[in-house]
Amino acid sequence: MMKRAVAVIFLLLAFSPAHAVLPNEVLSDPVLESRARALSKNIRCLVCQNQSIDNSNADLARDLRILVRERLTSGDTDQQILDFLIARYGDFIMLKPPFKGTTFLLWFGPALVFVAAVSGLFVYFRRRRSALAEPECSKPSLSSAERDRLASLLDGREGNP
Amino acid sequence: MPRVIFLLPLVLFLGLAGYFYMGLATDPRQLPSALIDKPAPEFDLPALLSDLPGLAKGDLGGDVKLVNFFASWCVPCRAEHSLLMRIAELNLVPLYGINYKNRKEAAIDWLDELGNPYQRIGQDLTGRAGIEWGVYGLPETYIIDKQGRIRYRHVGPLFPKVLKKTIMPLIEELRR
Repeated sequence: MMKRAVAVIFLLLAFSPAHAVLPNEVLSDPVLESRARALSKNIRCLVCQNQSIDNSNADLARDLRILVRERLTSGDTDQQILDFLIARYGDFIMLKPPFKGTTFLLWFGPALVFVAAVSGLFVYFRRRRSALAEPECSKPSLSSAERDRLASLLDGREGNP
Repeated sequence: MPRVIFLLPLVLFLGLAGYFYMGLATDPRQLPSALIDKPAPEFDLPALLSDLPGLAKGDLGGDVKLVNFFASWCVPCRAEHSLLMRIAELNLVPLYGINYKNRKEAAIDWLDELGNPYQRIGQDLTGRAGIEWGVYGLPETYIIDKQGRIRYRHVGPLFPKVLKKTIMPLIEELRR
């Protein structure tokens, strides 16, 4: 019982979101604030690189969180804010890289490898199956010369008493 | 031919391993600037010192110039400072500074202690000018060409080798 309770507590703790947004940064408008949170989760903290600005304590992350909120309050759309940041920091500021020519391999590389592997396996198994099936199904047919010889042999045997 | 196909996984593996090995040598903290070959961003910063002008977009261009983001809290900035002093002493290139997210008094103490290599210093207390420039880690040094465009960014302290091999040759080229 005790063990189970501890396990449940740990499970609940594991789900509590780790974020670094300070109380004084939070906007009073809940709709804008939730947009800010959603946006921040996809903006990379360039100091720590594998954290979003939403859960990084770095100074620059804080500045960017405040900037995002300022722009939201002044009426910017989500895309305008992202474009503003991408113009200054490049695509790398997005945790999820955008679709475009240069990121084609990044997005589709794994799928391409998968397709290549599956088609390779398909070809391999087909070849193997036909190689195994060959002795049964392709009974060697006789040429006309062989057929004549066989007939004459059989005739000869029949002719013998 | 059928024998050669068994080598394919090995060849693929060696190719990937080589690619990853090369990746080990590159520094993931060195990010390319999104502003290369673009005009310097709009910014207008008040002066840090009473006897030295501040820095704005209009001060760039005309000649090749260096813009250096620094702060007294930035430890690697201390490492590169003596080289900045050399650049100023030898008059290699006009050097402008931006005091990034740093109190005025702290920066003045810093310059009193280590010397002032800058011809202009802008005071960016909020770090907003830094965001305009795409600054993410101090110190950062930018080369600005005659047209006021950003041509190169160096993140981290400047070393004599970087100065000699990359920065000075590029400045010479841009001056022509």
